[in-house]
Amino acid sequence: MEKRVIFKNRVLPYLLVAPQIIITLVFFIWPAFMALYQSVQQEDPFGLKTTFVGLDNFAYIFTDAIYLNSIKVTMIFSFSVAVIAMSTALFLAAMADRVIRGATTYKTFIIWPYAVAPVAAAVLWYFLFNPTVGMISFFLKAIGIDWNFTLKGGQAMVLVILASAWRQISYNFLFFLAGLQAIPKSFIEAAAIDGASPAKRFWTIAFPLLSPTFFFLLVMNLVYAFCDTFGVIHAITEGGPNEATNIMVFKIYHDSFESLDLGGSAAQSVILMFIVIALTVIQFRYIERKVHY
Amino acid sequence: MVEHRPWLTFLTHAILLLGCLIIAFPIYTTFVASTHSLETITSFFPFLPGRHLIENYQQALTVGSGEVGATVGSMMLNSLIMALGIAIGKISISLLSAFAIVYFRFRFRMFFFWMIFITLMLPVEVRILPTHKVVADLNMLDSYSGLIFPLIASATATFLFRQFFMTVPDELCEAHRIDGGGPMRFFFDILLPMSRTSIAALFVILFIYGWNQYLWPLLVTGDESYYTLLIGIKRMLDVGEGQADWHIIMASTMLAMVPPVLVVIFMQKQFVRGMTETEK
Amino acid sequence: MFNLRRVILIGALITLVIFPATVLAEPITVNWWFAHGGRLGEKVQEIVANYNASQSQYKVVATYKGNYTDTMNAGIAAFRSKNPPHILQVFEVGTASMMAAKGAVKPVYEVMAESGLPFDPKVYLSTVTGYYTAPDGRMLSMPFNSSTPVLYYNLEAFKKAGLNPDKPPKTWTEVAEYSRKLVAAGYPGGFSTAWISWIHLENFSAWHNVPIGTKANGFGGMDTEFVFNSPLHVKHIQKLADWQKEKVFVYGGRRNKGNALFSSGQVAMYTESSAGYAGFKKTCKFPFRTSMLPYWPDAGAPQNTIIGGASLWVMQGHSAEEYKGVASFFNYLSKPEVQADWHQFTGYLPITHAAYELTKKQGFYEKNPGTETALIQMTMNNPTANSKGLRFGNFVQMRAIMYDTLESIFAEKQSAQQGLNDAVGKGNKLLRQFEKAYK
Repeated sequence: MEKRVIFKNRVLPYLLVAPQIIITLVFFIWPAFMALYQSVQQEDPFGLKTTFVGLDNFAYIFTDAIYLNSIKVTMIFSFSVAVIAMSTALFLAAMADRVIRGATTYKTFIIWPYAVAPVAAAVLWYFLFNPTVGMISFFLKAIGIDWNFTLKGGQAMVLVILASAWRQISYNFLFFLAGLQAIPKSFIEAAAIDGASPAKRFWTIAFPLLSPTFFFLLVMNLVYAFCDTFGVIHAITEGGPNEATNIMVFKIYHDSFESLDLGGSAAQSVILMFIVIALTVIQFRYIERKVHY
Repeated sequence: MVEHRPWLTFLTHAILLLGCLIIAFPIYTTFVASTHSLETITSFFPFLPGRHLIENYQQALTVGSGEVGATVGSMMLNSLIMALGIAIGKISISLLSAFAIVYFRFRFRMFFFWMIFITLMLPVEVRILPTHKVVADLNMLDSYSGLIFPLIASATATFLFRQFFMTVPDELCEAHRIDGGGPMRFFFDILLPMSRTSIAALFVILFIYGWNQYLWPLLVTGDESYYTLLIGIKRMLDVGEGQADWHIIMASTMLAMVPPVLVVIFMQKQFVRGMTETEK
Repeated sequence: MFNLRRVILIGALITLVIFPATVLAEPITVNWWFAHGGRLGEKVQEIVANYNASQSQYKVVATYKGNYTDTMNAGIAAFRSKNPPHILQVFEVGTASMMAAKGAVKPVYEVMAESGLPFDPKVYLSTVTGYYTAPDGRMLSMPFNSSTPVLYYNLEAFKKAGLNPDKPPKTWTEVAEYSRKLVAAGYPGGFSTAWISWIHLENFSAWHNVPIGTKANGFGGMDTEFVFNSPLHVKHIQKLADWQKEKVFVYGGRRNKGNALFSSGQVAMYTESSAGYAGFKKTCKFPFRTSMLPYWPDAGAPQNTIIGGASLWVMQGHSAEEYKGVASFFNYLSKPEVQADWHQFTGYLPITHAAYELTKKQGFYEKNPGTETALIQMTMNNPTANSKGLRFGNFVQMRAIMYDTLESIFAEKQSAQQGLNDAVGKGNKLLRQFEKAYK
């Protein structure tokens, strides 16, 4: 698709794209190449001595138990966040789609947590579950659960998943509701006349029609869990206890800025970069369909 | 509704109400905590708001907490500058580049287009260290430009405007040219006013995006006078010696949530539009 | 709505402008990047202002750069972009990285010698400077804020449990006994700790005069290896794990996240840095005291404990004239009055004998009982190869591994022996990586 009517000017278009291109080059493309370059170098933090080491850094991280654990943790974390946030949102959206009165009010009340920053959400949940002052940890202790996420990896994982998924419910809700409302009412009515129950109508008619939205959201939730949840981990667990919540992006940050391991963290960045690129490519294929349905 | 089933409608409402309550619960407790003294919060958790609301918020805004030297007031200002800088910066450069790509033919046009596209795949999280290094080399650590510029390249906004410009009827441009108008006049007098709704929708989304940034400000700010509020809150939590000032932290967290939440509630239409249109 | 045209033009214009670099070019300015916020930061600025007022040749400009990690990263980034400060404050675990960066730092002994100012390393407390000294005894960085772990105990709780507050536990066996009594008296836990790897592995080793690594804890060369899986280490960590079941020991989290356990009275004994004193004074509603770190009597204890905190490193790339300014400032910092004031205000250790004597003379320790414990503990014996300090590369990662390991032992996923063996293995891998990067 191209415009027929255009302006003619030799210099102006370059000036117009210049700000965007300069920013992109300086802060995106160049650093990305630096990461690639750094990933095959071994360098001390001060840059006094740099040696080319080929794929040694990759070989090192892939035999490093901490990194392998981090991949596993990232997968469990991301899929749990996606599943919890999406199923809750879908359920609420299906309900909201049924009601006539108050639908907008419900919508307002469900979507606003999206505006809460992941790290602020983390502080809220950290407070509720804090072993010394938290209200929920108090109840958990009262019913006999030994709640101490600073020591128990499983509990820490549950907490960061909840804190991350909570905010994402709003996002998913918005898209599911839009998707549901786009389904022609005649489809549903036809099924109702055939005597299908509301639950059956949902699963046989609405749900299949939602599948493009579903896949789109799955990818978006995964990207969110891979990247944006850094603040949650940083504020609540810092990857602990015993690396139970050490997701990849947190490990990269830690290795870059606390451990000053330039080569190793660059290699990890490159791997995360490929994962995100792969997800974006997949997402774009689904986007095309989403726009058209 | 397709058929009438009162009990089902009732159940639906009950579930939705419960959903809203559960979703709001963490915020409610935060609010409650922000209105009590530290002693009350740490001894037995209260369910109803207390009497220290003004006191706590005042202390947060004007004094801060623990070893964090900056006040919440000054950190909110930094967050605001960053959020506005990012929103306005992204919209500005995206409008211009989308205009160039749609309304001009020039060498490397598609090359530039793809270059902008690539930024989608490179969130700051995957290039933490090298970007930090670039910013350090440009002497932009601890500065507003360091906080804002690395985040304002945007493929999504450019695409959105590109798509929008494509739908603008060619006749408008033709008429403008027949009248002897230049491209920039066309941009400012015709395109920009037409893009108002898209700009507003995008602005809401980008403001929230900018306000909620965490990793990047964490990397580029060491000096407290450039802390954004979210960084400040995390630092308040880090105060190791003794008890964290939960009442102040909770008041600060409320203050960190209020601006974007208000934006969502009061500009819901733009927000929803922005979300569904911009999400790539 | 806002004036779109203007906003957009301005937005685009700013983007195109190249951001001005801010380089200070005053003749004899000495830049110091430090890592203390809040009250301590104000104190640092006060010291600097006093120094600047005391002479007119040099001007020290102290800039707060965030926490230790931020400050070190800012220093490294500045060095790489060829604009480093003169003085950089680096925490103790960064010591090996700084030392190995020979082209980036200028050793303090060299700075002092070239300046021609009087400098006698003997006036400094050897247990403090030892950490930052080369094997041949030459000082590499200037200690600034140093602390050492001590035992804090809650007097009120001691009374309630029928324990004698004048007889704090000396050994770990006694700590366990006392804890059981406290738990029997209704306390939720006996003791807990901050900085568990620093206190219960690193200081534990020095205190018992056993090595944590070969080659004099890394002082003797980069080919050092960790050995903190000795029977003594295993015994101690296993005891901690076992004691959890009777609530004798409670794990409170990483770094000093567990401080609230002590200040809220949930445990009555707590091992924490001597610099935590001021914080507890503020947060504890009960009287408390400090005593020496407990030990196992059958081993080589008590030897002496080692320090934590940070020191000041001088960065390469400045003129001789500027280094003179650095030397003059370091001389000022080492003055007894300055040191004694810093020590009394912050709870950090003084770095010179004279400052210690001065504080004694001023009657500070009598007015503030318990504040001298750290000093006695540090100076009770001449440091051995095992108690001089540690110097291991990649130690920041190592600390993380230690936390991880201890947490998994406390969660009973591993025995102390397995856990420490694994940690030693992982740690040695890190040491080899470090050796490779610098060789």
